[in-house]
Amino acid sequence: MIFEKLWAWFSAPGAWTAPGGIWQRLAEHLAYSGLVLALASLLALPLGIWLGHRGRGEGPILALTGALRALPTLGLLTLLTLWLGLGLTAPVLALLALALAPLLSSAYAGVAHLDPALKQAALAQGMTGRQLLFQVELPLALPLIMGGLRNATLQVVATVPLLAYINLGGLGRYLIDGLALRDYTRMVAAVLLLALLALALDALLALAQRALTSPGIR
Amino acid sequence: MSWIAANLPLLGQLTLLHLAQAILPLILGFLLALPLARLALGRRQGQGRKSRGLALRRGLIVNGVGLLYVIPSLALFVLMPLILGTSITSPLNVYAALTLYVLAMMVRSCLDAFQSLPDQILQAAQALGYTRLRAFWQVELPLSLPLLIAGLRVALVANISMVSVGAVIGLQSLGTLFTDGLRRNIPAEIMAGLGLILLLALTLDSLLALLGKKVTPWRVA
Amino acid sequence: MSRFQPNRRQILAGLGLATGGLTLTACGLDGSTAFGQAGASSTLLIGSADFPESQLLAEIYAAALRQRDLEAQTLPGMGAREAYLGALQEGAVAVVPDYSGNLLLYLDSASRAQTAQEVMQALPGVLPQNLEALAPAPAENKDSLVMRADRARALGLESLADLAPLSGHLSLAAAPEFAERSYGLPGLKRVYDFEPSSFEPINDGGGPLTLAALREGQVDIVDLYSTDPALRSPEFLILQDPGHLILPQQILPLVHKRLVSLEAAQVLEEISALLTTEALMGLNERVVGAEKASPAQAASDWVGQVFPRDS
Repeated sequence: MIFEKLWAWFSAPGAWTAPGGIWQRLAEHLAYSGLVLALASLLALPLGIWLGHRGRGEGPILALTGALRALPTLGLLTLLTLWLGLGLTAPVLALLALALAPLLSSAYAGVAHLDPALKQAALAQGMTGRQLLFQVELPLALPLIMGGLRNATLQVVATVPLLAYINLGGLGRYLIDGLALRDYTRMVAAVLLLALLALALDALLALAQRALTSPGIR
Repeated sequence: MSWIAANLPLLGQLTLLHLAQAILPLILGFLLALPLARLALGRRQGQGRKSRGLALRRGLIVNGVGLLYVIPSLALFVLMPLILGTSITSPLNVYAALTLYVLAMMVRSCLDAFQSLPDQILQAAQALGYTRLRAFWQVELPLSLPLLIAGLRVALVANISMVSVGAVIGLQSLGTLFTDGLRRNIPAEIMAGLGLILLLALTLDSLLALLGKKVTPWRVA
Repeated sequence: MSRFQPNRRQILAGLGLATGGLTLTACGLDGSTAFGQAGASSTLLIGSADFPESQLLAEIYAAALRQRDLEAQTLPGMGAREAYLGALQEGAVAVVPDYSGNLLLYLDSASRAQTAQEVMQALPGVLPQNLEALAPAPAENKDSLVMRADRARALGLESLADLAPLSGHLSLAAAPEFAERSYGLPGLKRVYDFEPSSFEPINDGGGPLTLAALREGQVDIVDLYSTDPALRSPEFLILQDPGHLILPQQILPLVHKRLVSLEAAQVLEEISALLTTEALMGLNERVVGAEKASPAQAASDWVGQVFPRDS
């Protein structure tokens, strides 16, 4: 019965292409997620890699990522929205907090926790600090960093639906509107779309990880 | 801030509700994850022949519960009534959904914890005449505790934060302070919620770490 | 079903989970015996929608019941009508405050009722068997489509009937369900031939975000509630509704017949009779205005003043 209703929902005229249809919600969802992940990567990766390279700041990073993980996105979202008003700034900042923790800790750990013997060997060969970073540490840390990025992606894609609780679009619209109207078909459809989206993005990143990983450590 | 002073009883009450929703699922999820993870691991070397379906079984368990993780918490909360037949306002929805999340997180970390033990230890236990069950309870489980507790701490912090999403579907927790604060335009109320959730996470995490040290006295702190 | 077989609510209550109180009473409005003597606790669970006034009303009902030594608990923030009506029908809550006109339209979108009286007469015929609408309060709180006064003047708008020429040119913000309610976008199209250029779903129950969006000109028209203290300000203009798109909205206690005793129903009707629009606006001002009193506090203060312990 639910399957028939779902089928009817997905195959209704305009379900995909109408304004507010699935393609638009999917595009919005990807846009919010992409924006947040790009900003978070720009902030967290260079910082984490640099601190890892210098082998400094483990304590503060652990404390910061721990606190960020404990902060509920809904709280940040509502507080920032009250302060900053409707728009993109508040939700992007709220999601940023979510995405920073896995990126920062994986970038730091990926570089800092490499076998010290490797660094010594590289330095003994006459590599400069810069060469060590770009030719040894980064390639070796890449799998872990990509793991952090995949983790952050899953979390952000799964949390973007909360933005619909305030006023934005994305697939969460179906969840929140479905909830307000007690329309289970719409909510189940949203869950299916969200799960498929997460799986597809994760598979894509796994492929990217394979392609980027140096053949020597595959 | 005067709002906080005027609403201390409410804050206390919501903290208790939040605590219950954070801890019960953690315990349930952990208790369910342990046997599942052990099942996924299969027989260790030195515990007889490896079963043929093991890779399949492990893949099913690990990826199956991993799949839970791609479902947003909000979505799982609203779907629970459909699966359990509960009322949409029933607190059981949140308990069940959070138990599933803890399960998803803990199966992975339990598996890692069990795998971290060298096979020689289990072979030694077998040589001493331990049955497989006894070896699990008296050797594998205690020696895996440090990693198990590390995994539990991660799940705990994530869970405390996730409980608040229940407020969106009308279930009372510290998350209620977020939704109510938004509607009534009271930033102090939201900040109180954020502060209390951080405090809960910090306190319970430290307690769990402490407990971890207590139950593994053989480790040098 | 055997009476010893616990039902869902009893299991919940037994586990002592979350806010749940036990919503059992020995004798309901329909004269049936609820669950026998075994579970005859008499705490009434009063639900409310997820906006402050609804919560306030639930607290008023609870305070009035307590004033007469009946036990009552509130379950706030249950969501929109679809959610709390569902919970009421299931018996997960025993009472919810509701608004007569929107309730009628929700149950019968084709209803022709226009006056407050017609609405109340039409309700019993369309309510589910196990629900009953008790006598309404004089207080009324309507959805009101509001514009900034300066913008409305510049466009020469006073009433929803003036909107048709601007169809597709003005944006509108309201709760998400407004998009699909018969008094919402479909009704605007049907009665006034108006479609907004864009619909912005803002989920704060006509709260601070909706108000700010209007004030800052992010949207042209918003759906606010007529008891919102902010509407007293001259910067806003409520668009007239000559086509009766939005029905009279008297506040009434909607109850699950089997779970609410005759005695409790009488208390609910007595307190309703005392609730005027003016009183409600004053209470709203306490809850969402500068004071930020808790709904429970504001409610019990007011009930203590107007509702004597013995009568």
